[in-house]
Amino acid sequence: MSSVVDTAAQSAAPDPATRIDRPHGRPVVDSGAALELVGSLLASVAAVWLVFTVAGLSAPFGLGLCSLIGFVVLYGVVEWRLHGILHAKDRLATLYVWLGAGIAFVPLAAIIIYVLVKGLPVLASHFPHFLTGDMSKAGPAEPVTAAGMSAAIVGTLEQVGLATLFSVPIAVFTATYLNEIRGWFSLVVRTVVDSMTGTPSIIAGLFIYLLWVYPRHTNGPSGFAASLALTIMMLPIVTRSAEEVLRIVPGSLREAALALGSPQWRMILRVVLPTARAGLVTAVILGIARAVGETAPVLFTAGGASKMNWDPFHGQQSDLPIQIYQLIFSPSVNGVREGWGGALVLVLLVLTLFVLARVVGSGRRSGSRSRRFAFVGRRQVDP
Amino acid sequence: MTTLLDRDAPAGTPDGDVPLPLKPGLTGPDRVFRAVLMLSGMSVLGVLVAIILYLVTNSWAALHQSGLRFIASDHWAPPGSFGILGDLGGSVMIAVLALVLALPVSVATALMINEYAPRQLRKTLVGIVDLLATVPSIVYGFWGLVALSTYINGPTKWLGDHAGFIPLLRSPQAGTYGNSIFLCGVVVAVMIIPIITSITREVMSQVPRETCEAALALGGTKWGMVTDVVLPFSRNGIVGGALLGLGRALGETMAVVIILSSAHVLTLSILGPAGLGSVAKLIADFFETSPPITRSALILAGLTLFATTLGVNLVARVIVGRAGKKAP
Repeated sequence: MSSVVDTAAQSAAPDPATRIDRPHGRPVVDSGAALELVGSLLASVAAVWLVFTVAGLSAPFGLGLCSLIGFVVLYGVVEWRLHGILHAKDRLATLYVWLGAGIAFVPLAAIIIYVLVKGLPVLASHFPHFLTGDMSKAGPAEPVTAAGMSAAIVGTLEQVGLATLFSVPIAVFTATYLNEIRGWFSLVVRTVVDSMTGTPSIIAGLFIYLLWVYPRHTNGPSGFAASLALTIMMLPIVTRSAEEVLRIVPGSLREAALALGSPQWRMILRVVLPTARAGLVTAVILGIARAVGETAPVLFTAGGASKMNWDPFHGQQSDLPIQIYQLIFSPSVNGVREGWGGALVLVLLVLTLFVLARVVGSGRRSGSRSRRFAFVGRRQVDP
Repeated sequence: MTTLLDRDAPAGTPDGDVPLPLKPGLTGPDRVFRAVLMLSGMSVLGVLVAIILYLVTNSWAALHQSGLRFIASDHWAPPGSFGILGDLGGSVMIAVLALVLALPVSVATALMINEYAPRQLRKTLVGIVDLLATVPSIVYGFWGLVALSTYINGPTKWLGDHAGFIPLLRSPQAGTYGNSIFLCGVVVAVMIIPIITSITREVMSQVPRETCEAALALGGTKWGMVTDVVLPFSRNGIVGGALLGLGRALGETMAVVIILSSAHVLTLSILGPAGLGSVAKLIADFFETSPPITRSALILAGLTLFATTLGVNLVARVIVGRAGKKAP
């Protein structure tokens, strides 16, 4: 630990006779700190700008980069000379943390804002029609008013709905298995689930293509096939997060149920799963949010269609990611604009699901006690 | 405890309260229930086995034709020659580039959320990071193609002009920039930042608070606390999170499909089009329109990618699993 302790403070101790045990002072942020920061920044920018002007260079990016490097060096030296090396390191590290976080959040915020700016005019100016019409009349030469996302929205909802139906029971049971029944086999299953969470999404599409679409020739691509591919993506994700949720169910509840003479299956179905209900719902919704945005798995399996197709089991179907993918490469400006409209619809859908998951999830923390007591009450009237 | 389980104990107390007999071991329905649970666990295992089986059997033809040249050559000229080294190298290059760009930023963000940001903001920031992890990859790709490329092509050209003596910082097509591996790497980095941040932050929040406070109480600076307490404690978690991000970046499809323009050749230059490819893009681009033998080769490419990501994820999970258990 000695490296973090201010050695300057130690060595400055007075002679033993008058020595008092005093706590080492922690560096206190004074008003000079801001001055040093701003001063270094201005000095660096000014110096680099001067050099660039004299040398006749004009490169905004180079100017910015050199200024940044100059600023970091200058600021470090200033802090070092004024406050010592440890303080300088600390200030530079603080700079790194905030700059790094800024670099992380800026592009992420830029994406959201960009989608809003590009998509909102399309969505707003063709408001009901953009959501209710399909793409059958739309083409590169047609105006944006001819386009609509209804076929894609219906496709997404049906495919993700089916995938949820297939994957959630298996995922919850598997999570229960991993959490409640220990053994070498559950260790194997957990390892497999873990490594499958990172399955390249294109592989899921490829597999379902080989399994279902290709053997059926022209009848192959359908919403159902796409939902199978999405199931493969959702299964490990939902299993993982459901297992995390089940793990935080207090062991005392299990022991209480077992001590009251309940067999294990009843304990799990009547105590563990109901206690974790809100968390499980959150896990499922987050899995759905992930599946809604997956493009690669549905690329070969849904096929894409411009007309509305309500039947997920027969015929090609569109969905939002496929629709956006097709519109991105549209040769016309209007097509690309429609693509941004579609992207906005997709992001809004994901956002809605995410907020829903948060609301349900936060209900768990505040409502868990009362729910547990409600459950106890119900058990009492149970014969 | 024996009296509780003793079945020879008198059945019934004077006031008529009869305890239920406790049978040790599993009951019949319990066995059925366990079997159901195990079956669902097995089905996940079955999916993995089925994927591998289908990919292997369907790629047999291409493997038979190309043999080892498949991953030793970068000559992709179907149906005569299937060498995916250019694409495999591209996938790895994008993933490594993304990781190199994303890791320092993610660690900084995780530190910011856990240690530097005001306590009241923490929950909101965590929520934002988690939300960003669910933004669809096609949106990232679309944004990278349309928006980011306009901002980044200038700096890319500047880099190519002034740092072109480094082989990495050149364009495979002299003078043209954009639609490059570099742009893909940046977009994928933006994509995996929330993922790595989320895992790293989670692990960092498990660092015992009292040890952190002890470091501060000894007069250490905040950075001293971070380097001597927080980082050593969460090292495994950071490495694991980075590997999970790497796995995600390796398999990333749509962003790369949208942005990259490749020539499937192995080259070190990453600043322009017509260079390295990407396995996922290769499959997405050519699978539907190809003859059977090429399809078989594409499936083999998919199998290679799958095996790679599976391996990376496996290692990552083992390391993350070890995180927190071992204090330094």
